[in-house]
Amino acid sequence: MTDQIVKDNGDVASGDNTENTEDGVRRRDFIHIAALSVAGVGAAATVYPLVSQMAPSADVLALASVEIDVSAITPGQAIKTTWRKRPVFIRNLTANEIAEAKKDDTQEMRDPQTLADRTVDGKENWLVTLGVCTHLGCIPLGAAAGEVKGEFDGYFCPCHGSHYDVAGRIRKGPAPSNLEVPEFSFLSDTVIKIG
Amino acid sequence: MIRLISTLVGIFFVGMLLFSFGTGAVTYLTTEQVETAEHKYHKKPEAYAFASDGALGQFDEQQLQRGLKVYQEVCAACHSMKYLSFRNFAALGYDEDQIKNLAANWPIPQPTVNKDTGETDTRPNLPADTLPTPFPNEVAARAANNNAVPPDLSLMTKARPGGANYVRSLLLGYQEPSAELLAEFPDAAPGEGLHHNPWFPNLNLAMAQPLVIPDQVTYDDGTEASVEQMATDVAAFLIWTAEPKLEERRQTGWAVLAFLLIAAVLAFLSYKQIWADKKKG
Amino acid sequence: MSFPWAKEYQPKTEFTRWMDQRLPLPRMVYNAVGAGYPVPRNLNYFWNFGVLAGFFLVVQIVTGIVMAMHYAANVDVAFASIEHTVRDVNYGWLMRYAHANGASFFFIVVYIHMGRGLYFSSYKAPREMIWLLGLVIFLLMMATAFMGYVLPWGQMSFWGAQVITGLFSAIPLVGETLQQWLLGGFAPDNAALNRFFSLHYLLPFVIAGVIILHIWALHIPGSSNPTGVEVKSESDTVPFHPYYTSKDGFGLAVVLIIFAAVITFAPNALGHPDNYIEANPLSTPAHIVPEWYFLPFYAILRAFTVDLGIPFTDIVIIPAKLLGVLAMFGSIILLFFLPWLDRSPVRSGNYRPVFKIFFWVLVADMVLLTFLGGAPAEEPFVMLSQLASAYYFAHFLLILPLISAMETPKPLPNSITEAVLGKKSGDEASAPGYVPQPAE
Repeated sequence: MTDQIVKDNGDVASGDNTENTEDGVRRRDFIHIAALSVAGVGAAATVYPLVSQMAPSADVLALASVEIDVSAITPGQAIKTTWRKRPVFIRNLTANEIAEAKKDDTQEMRDPQTLADRTVDGKENWLVTLGVCTHLGCIPLGAAAGEVKGEFDGYFCPCHGSHYDVAGRIRKGPAPSNLEVPEFSFLSDTVIKIG
Repeated sequence: MIRLISTLVGIFFVGMLLFSFGTGAVTYLTTEQVETAEHKYHKKPEAYAFASDGALGQFDEQQLQRGLKVYQEVCAACHSMKYLSFRNFAALGYDEDQIKNLAANWPIPQPTVNKDTGETDTRPNLPADTLPTPFPNEVAARAANNNAVPPDLSLMTKARPGGANYVRSLLLGYQEPSAELLAEFPDAAPGEGLHHNPWFPNLNLAMAQPLVIPDQVTYDDGTEASVEQMATDVAAFLIWTAEPKLEERRQTGWAVLAFLLIAAVLAFLSYKQIWADKKKG
Repeated sequence: MSFPWAKEYQPKTEFTRWMDQRLPLPRMVYNAVGAGYPVPRNLNYFWNFGVLAGFFLVVQIVTGIVMAMHYAANVDVAFASIEHTVRDVNYGWLMRYAHANGASFFFIVVYIHMGRGLYFSSYKAPREMIWLLGLVIFLLMMATAFMGYVLPWGQMSFWGAQVITGLFSAIPLVGETLQQWLLGGFAPDNAALNRFFSLHYLLPFVIAGVIILHIWALHIPGSSNPTGVEVKSESDTVPFHPYYTSKDGFGLAVVLIIFAAVITFAPNALGHPDNYIEANPLSTPAHIVPEWYFLPFYAILRAFTVDLGIPFTDIVIIPAKLLGVLAMFGSIILLFFLPWLDRSPVRSGNYRPVFKIFFWVLVADMVLLTFLGGAPAEEPFVMLSQLASAYYFAHFLLILPLISAMETPKPLPNSITEAVLGKKSGDEASAPGYVPQPAE
């Protein structure tokens, strides 16, 4: 036990009488530090797959974008579909509704956006929004025939009384922002790709 | 006391075993050993060097594409591959549009439910879909195939001893039973709806020879489609379907081994250093 | 406890001092696997395997928790959920192969650990309790591994569950009922799969608990060593840290190399192809074999082919099936009595010339039984397995007690230090060899 150098950090470096120079000690320390560092790197590298395995798997990601044929939706109609396991409302606005939405573009709103901001150029009759109330995540009514559309003829969330207008903008109630418009594009005149 | 009991237990078990051995040995010596046809004529798969074999092996993309075509045009009519999705074919070198096309033109449509009537319906396949099964259920598969269910092929090369070599040997192994075999075991002749193949465990299987004539499949890359080529390609393809992460796995392996080797050397030096004063001398 | 020269934990910072007065966890670790645990200085590499076994338990728990995140315990989707994990989940293939092969490696290191215990008689007084607790861990491991193998719901999973629960049906009177109770049905199905999953998740934590007891029991007398001579003075020992932590670190790195190579280059080498076929209750595989680590016991089970009856009558006292089951369980139970069967005062096989020979015969016998357990149930394998099983029982129940009474051991070194440094150092070198005293 006498020929051990016990350091403050608890590491024990050994030395014998002939090699106990300062250089010798440093070289031996280096090996322990290197070995511990490599072990640390290995442990950290092991954590990566353990964390990564919880991220969405390949089959989930494969459904990250969907293509939807909207040819069957006549003006004034809306459909509920799903995208990434969440509801999406696709609404074909009538000329009147477009006019109403444009008229309101200048109104004071909680989350000011124009109809043009929320639709694709030249196809502003197609309003695509997530069917998730921005308040606490309920599904608003108004997409299916016969459902309450709220005071602004758009969507109405029954959970806490949020009213959205024809362009899906929040007009009254607790929701902080407009219904989210997902990233989407037209692959052809009748096929929408969401995501 | 413990020792007495354990000695008795020991004598009992050893005695029973030796008695069993004696009885077995007497039976073994006094009864004629019956050789079975399977035992004598079943052949071990022929070894073939697939591109993906060995620790450094890699898939031959062109070959996998050819194998997919053989599967699509020959096997898929009866054999499902339910753990694969069309999107997986990106690994064979297809781009997004090619996969979309492949899926849309797949010979079997995707089952779905008619949105208006609720009845079963079909639609074209999409890249995210799993490969549709040729039969809606096992009963249908059995009924259409002379009471033998064609097995799913997704995992075939991992689910049979010999793996891809077995698949290749089997596909190339259809033949008439030899006269020698029939003379020795008349019962081994293939029965109604069965086909002789010495690479199949019991020598007779329900599947008729699937790859019969050259150019049964027209390869897109111009490779000559001999029967052997088609069998080899589809076997290679089945290695991939059973283990799509094969290359990723081996690459990870090399990196990890290199790292661990360094770690082991450092750990050894560190260990020797710490023990330097404790060893003899 | 420990030796009087064991170093005492000295908290170095304000925080560790504060901690030490309230929850002396660092002190406990220091005394368990730190510098506060004096260990014989002459341990060879076989003493690495306890730590390795602990490491593989951690591997199994960590990868197992990951597998459980993606697994669905339902007969309709269990097989598919494993395939989904392997094919679609990020690094799912790694988790699955690490878990499947981790079980094999766990058993390999535990078998070597047990083999070391047998050769160096680590089960002898005062270490009986360590051995007994170790056997409890071994039994729990076997149960856990068996149930885990059922979960993928492949052909071998299903038929393995069928056969192993079928063992219980051999028990007279209640057997049938017991099997149905275990399965929650008449054959393995959802009820069985769900309970196996539940218990497969639970038991590893029970194992971890028993391991704590195992280590606790170890720290009472301290570690054994290759000479079997007890520690006498401070010069016989070194602190666990850094001496054995560094040695274990090196051993771990070497084993990890092998483990990683198997996972990434031959992950299915230890498995059976039939388990890549989804379970089919209507079709039995050509021959059912358990995982390799159960094969010796499976061979013993199958070795009993003759009923025990009254000669020249048809009266059967114990049917062969029940005999096989009794023998299989008996082959493990008898290990619990080992400390009292082997009475030789000398621990280490190095100083027991006759014992040593029979020990290696036992090892060869176990290898043979492993092979025979996997061989088809036909001659000459059945006859061979009867002889090999007979040796197994004879070794522990007849030969071992006999050797311990008759053998003349070689002279033991006076101390561990003398064994390490040889005769040239130290003054006691000229003293005659230590004469073993009976242990009782």
